[in-house]
Amino acid sequence: MKHYEVEILDAKTREKLCFLDKVEPHATIAEIKNLFTKTHPQWYPARQSLRLDPKGKSLKDEDVLQKLPVGTTATFYFRDLGAQISWVTVFLTEYAGPLFIYLLFYFRVPFIYGHKYDFTSSRHTVVHLACICHSFHYVKRLLETLFVHRFSHGTMPLRNIFKNCTYYWGFAAWMAYYINHPLYTPPTYGAQQVKLALAIFVICQLGNFSIHMALRDLRPAGSKTRKIPYPTKNPFTWLFLLVSCPNYTYEVGSWIGFAIMTQCVPVALFSLVGFTQMTIWAKGKHRSYLKEFRDYPPLRMPIIPFLL
Amino acid sequence: SSRWLVLAIAMVRFYMEKGTHKGLYKSIQKTLKFFQTFALLEIVHCLIGIVPTSVIVAGVQVSSRIFMVWLITHSIKPIQNEESVVLFLVVWTVTEITRYSFYTFSLLDHLPYFIKWARYNFFIILYPVGVVGELLTIYAALPYVKKTGMFSIRLPNKYNVSFDYYYFLLITMASYIPLFPQLYFHMLRQRRKVLHGEVIVEKDD
Repeated sequence: MKHYEVEILDAKTREKLCFLDKVEPHATIAEIKNLFTKTHPQWYPARQSLRLDPKGKSLKDEDVLQKLPVGTTATFYFRDLGAQISWVTVFLTEYAGPLFIYLLFYFRVPFIYGHKYDFTSSRHTVVHLACICHSFHYVKRLLETLFVHRFSHGTMPLRNIFKNCTYYWGFAAWMAYYINHPLYTPPTYGAQQVKLALAIFVICQLGNFSIHMALRDLRPAGSKTRKIPYPTKNPFTWLFLLVSCPNYTYEVGSWIGFAIMTQCVPVALFSLVGFTQMTIWAKGKHRSYLKEFRDYPPLRMPIIPFLL
Repeated sequence: SSRWLVLAIAMVRFYMEKGTHKGLYKSIQKTLKFFQTFALLEIVHCLIGIVPTSVIVAGVQVSSRIFMVWLITHSIKPIQNEESVVLFLVVWTVTEITRYSFYTFSLLDHLPYFIKWARYNFFIILYPVGVVGELLTIYAALPYVKKTGMFSIRLPNKYNVSFDYYYFLLITMASYIPLFPQLYFHMLRQRRKVLHGEVIVEKDD
């Protein structure tokens, strides 16, 4: 069996960082990254980006050495991606915050509202309902992170956790402040409005969960395969006929429901910002699907049926 | 830059006639508002690329100008005769004339060295002075804002939201602390790149 030689150069300085000889032809990039870490332990595999061209795209962990367009001496260029943190850690932190923070406002912990309101309870039913919905939403997200989602990337840059937590925790505090305020005004159309909004919220939560389960079943445990998602027997998944990312569609729907239920402008703003971000993600995912699969269903839009 | 020259001339004429800066704002305000709102075009220029500044830098610049003109000086009459208003108006005028001359001559491919020198050196003094003018103006406006509760929404209301313009102004003043050094050092870096690079080429010649 013919062995390869692998040299790893710094993408910016072209400095030779590492030379590996007698590398097996069927070695994967992941294995090469592990070998590189041995000589440079501060660069663990998750923060390595190896590419064939200094300005090119990163090679994937699953790529096999002999299938790459290299000679028997392969040259890879290395870029440090910076400190990495696992997706699971980020998700758990950014979701646990809102759950906890909202409850601080709900129970009117001291120093938030005037002292005469400390530990009092709202007399409006909708305020208690809102707390249940908000808490349920984040508990659901935490459980999905632990038991449902299958992540294609293990890690993301460390600075993301600060950015993401500021967003989630900040908005949670802002919304919770008004909903649980002693001067909160219940919705204009009363119980009717609340019931309708609650129905929208519950349906969208079930829908969102159904999509997460369907996506999970597309991908076997431990693998990184990608397939076109299709509707299953679960009626909530029939939205796949019309959109590429129905999980985002249902998520927006949930927050619109919550906004109608609480009739609170900060909630509406949070929904709007979330919708904008999810639309960007959905369009990206939709484009990837179209690029990867020739037979992708043409009727589907990224996030809103027929529109967006 | 001609519009800023118009403004500058109007300001100088006024001062020479009246011998005082009081009432200056009142006389130039229409022109100022018109031109400053026009500055929104700046962002478009950045977007389509005829001007090399980044959209974010231009965006911050233009927003702060529009904020000062419409949300402070126009809306808060008692501070219109403050010295600090004259201070930042003068700074803006000089800055804009320099900047636009620079862009115009660059586009025409005939850039006198003095214009380039001015564009990359005047800001060293003008930027901090302008910031002082703006901050002093906002500070002067605070008592009036607190007393009148202007631009504010209070609870209870049916949309369950509130906004306190007084605290918004305090936060805006605080935001100058991280933002100003970033813009200032950005200009210093540009200066080193442009003027320093120029010097090296001349040496080779």
